Amino acid sequence: MRTIYKIAIPIIVVAIIAAGAFAYQNSLSMRIITLNGAGATFPFPLIDKWAAEYHKIKPNVQVNYQSIGSGGGIQQHTEKTVHFAASDAPLTDAQAGKAPNTLHIPITIGGVVPIYNIPGVQKGLKFTGEILVDIYLGKIAKWNDSKLVAVNPDVSLPDQQIVVVRRSDGSGTTFIWTSYLSTVSLEWKETVGRGTSVNWPVGLGGRGNEGVAALVQQTPYSIGYVEFTYAKKNNITYGYVQNAAGEFIEPSIESFAKAAEYAAVTLPRGDESWSKVSIIDSLASNTQARGAYPITSFSYILVYKELNVLPSMDEATARALVEFLWWVVHDGQSYASDLYYVPLPPSVVAHNEATIRLITYNGQQLLK
Amino acid sequence: MKNSRKPSHFLCKLNTQYFSRLKWQIGGDNLFKIIGALFASSILLLLGLMVYELINGSWLSIQTFGSGFLIGTKWDPAISRVFGALPLILGTIVTSAIALLIGVPISLGISLALSEYMPKKFGFAISFLVELLAAVPSVIYGLWGIFVLIPFLRDHVYSRLQALFGFVPAFSGSIYGGGVLTGGIVLAIMIIPTVSSVMRDLFSAVPNSQREAMIALGATKWETVKTVISYARSGVIGAVILGLGRAVGETMAITMVIGNKFQVWPSSLFDAWYTMSAIIANELLEATYDLYVSALMNVALVLLFVTLVINILSRLIVWRTLKLVRGISKE
Repeated sequence: MRTIYKIAIPIIVVAIIAAGAFAYQNSLSMRIITLNGAGATFPFPLIDKWAAEYHKIKPNVQVNYQSIGSGGGIQQHTEKTVHFAASDAPLTDAQAGKAPNTLHIPITIGGVVPIYNIPGVQKGLKFTGEILVDIYLGKIAKWNDSKLVAVNPDVSLPDQQIVVVRRSDGSGTTFIWTSYLSTVSLEWKETVGRGTSVNWPVGLGGRGNEGVAALVQQTPYSIGYVEFTYAKKNNITYGYVQNAAGEFIEPSIESFAKAAEYAAVTLPRGDESWSKVSIIDSLASNTQARGAYPITSFSYILVYKELNVLPSMDEATARALVEFLWWVVHDGQSYASDLYYVPLPPSVVAHNEATIRLITYNGQQLLK
Repeated sequence: MKNSRKPSHFLCKLNTQYFSRLKWQIGGDNLFKIIGALFASSILLLLGLMVYELINGSWLSIQTFGSGFLIGTKWDPAISRVFGALPLILGTIVTSAIALLIGVPISLGISLALSEYMPKKFGFAISFLVELLAAVPSVIYGLWGIFVLIPFLRDHVYSRLQALFGFVPAFSGSIYGGGVLTGGIVLAIMIIPTVSSVMRDLFSAVPNSQREAMIALGATKWETVKTVISYARSGVIGAVILGLGRAVGETMAITMVIGNKFQVWPSSLFDAWYTMSAIIANELLEATYDLYVSALMNVALVLLFVTLVINILSRLIVWRTLKLVRGISKE
């Protein structure tokens, strides 16, 4: 019988400790509210900063964001396992069908820039959309191609093969880049298309922004594309791109914000379908959009309009989530520029205010 | 307490069979046996669930493409949504083969030096360092590949190779730095620790009486070593296959250096290519619709099957040799 005690006593002790821990945890969760989010990697540094800053203001709210990629974020949103998701692209109609009553809240703006490595050529090489398409289709094979020379008359371009570099992993960056190429060229749209990964006709694949940047920086006469924030932080040579108004625009926080302002005019209501929303598409035909950089895109937070559809949601959490979102689109925007993200222009902030007011819990509006 | 003497449970039966004199009680031995058996069977459960989940996940792709998936040469997630894995399978096999071509001779050299030539103490230090290589995370090999190996190979090795052998198609074409050969070299470095430590164990297991007999017959050191190798021959093959298993499954490092270009056959050893594990790592996170995810799962299933076969094969061969060697050394 002593053996039985020897086994039973430790088991009982463990059970007591575990029960105590659960009780402690419960007493804690009375006070601390955790907001769980998941999704795109692009806004992760910004959301992380927000989480830290918001925790200073509201010590009882903890924001926990996992950057698992837009696809993963949308999946978790559909499965209702997170309180909010982040995505670089709006939900397609098929995705929205699986997650009905999803609200889109643009939280920041990103731009994708062409980067290159031509010994002796500085920042600011000019590209038109057509040139970028031809390079990525393999039709322009050399740097001294007549089309490139025509828009860069004062740069001496070498007689060298262009080494094309692109992302190998599925990414929002590729989605933005291929969306732009699709708006410029029917051939691109029909043979390669737009997507987080596509069937590239030419080029080497680098993994992540850092993989593309490393390949471009190490390979002379190469061209690639990365998020503007990444190019800026790492001091990579990037080019200017022509917009529909015919200007060659330097990618910058200002020219991205301009682009968002032009697009904000036509934004749908927060609870309508956003599948057609694209700054790139709306700029492609807007010949009046002066000063706007054409390869610009919103990054979104996705939340349900009626928060009680989430199994893990209670009223206190719902209220905390709405307050956090309100803070993000207002005070939170002031942290963007330091991290080379683009603060939302006032028109988009106003649009978001209306969207956040739509959020309810058990039918009760959470913010008046 | 009377009942406990009449065992009804099979474990009790086993117990009374082996320890019939001992009184049956639910003591430490039995409890440990049950717990141990549970843990051991959890591996089977895990593998079973993994296979189930992979088949389940790739079912859509299997239904859509059937066996055509294995010979398809198109991977187009954006427009036609057609997926085929042949280029990936070929890429995996060829890069692994290159890794073996480079890594096996080096491993053989290391293990022979350690077991036959070097003084014991020095050999111990070297083998410790070699095995340390196995503990380096593969993403570090990848980063080192991007920032150190690729520039070095491009500027100092590949251009010279091309100058010497440029007339052979395999060494022609433009040099990017990353590519098939670079991938093979990185994989080779990664399999060397595994292969060489298994080989060293095999050579050390060869009974000394064999060496003594060879020397007694007037053989030189080199001839003795040749005998040692042939003695452990099938074990050496097993070690090679073990390395192959590692090369086939390697993901992070190869993704970072191979260039990730989806094509059936590269134009040269310097051209970029793709492997099965690399495409899963690259695309699964942002795979946005069901068939796409399913196709990636299907690639995973093929990969699991390939590694499973390789592992079973190598185990069988290594076991057979060790048994053979032990059997002889006992005589």
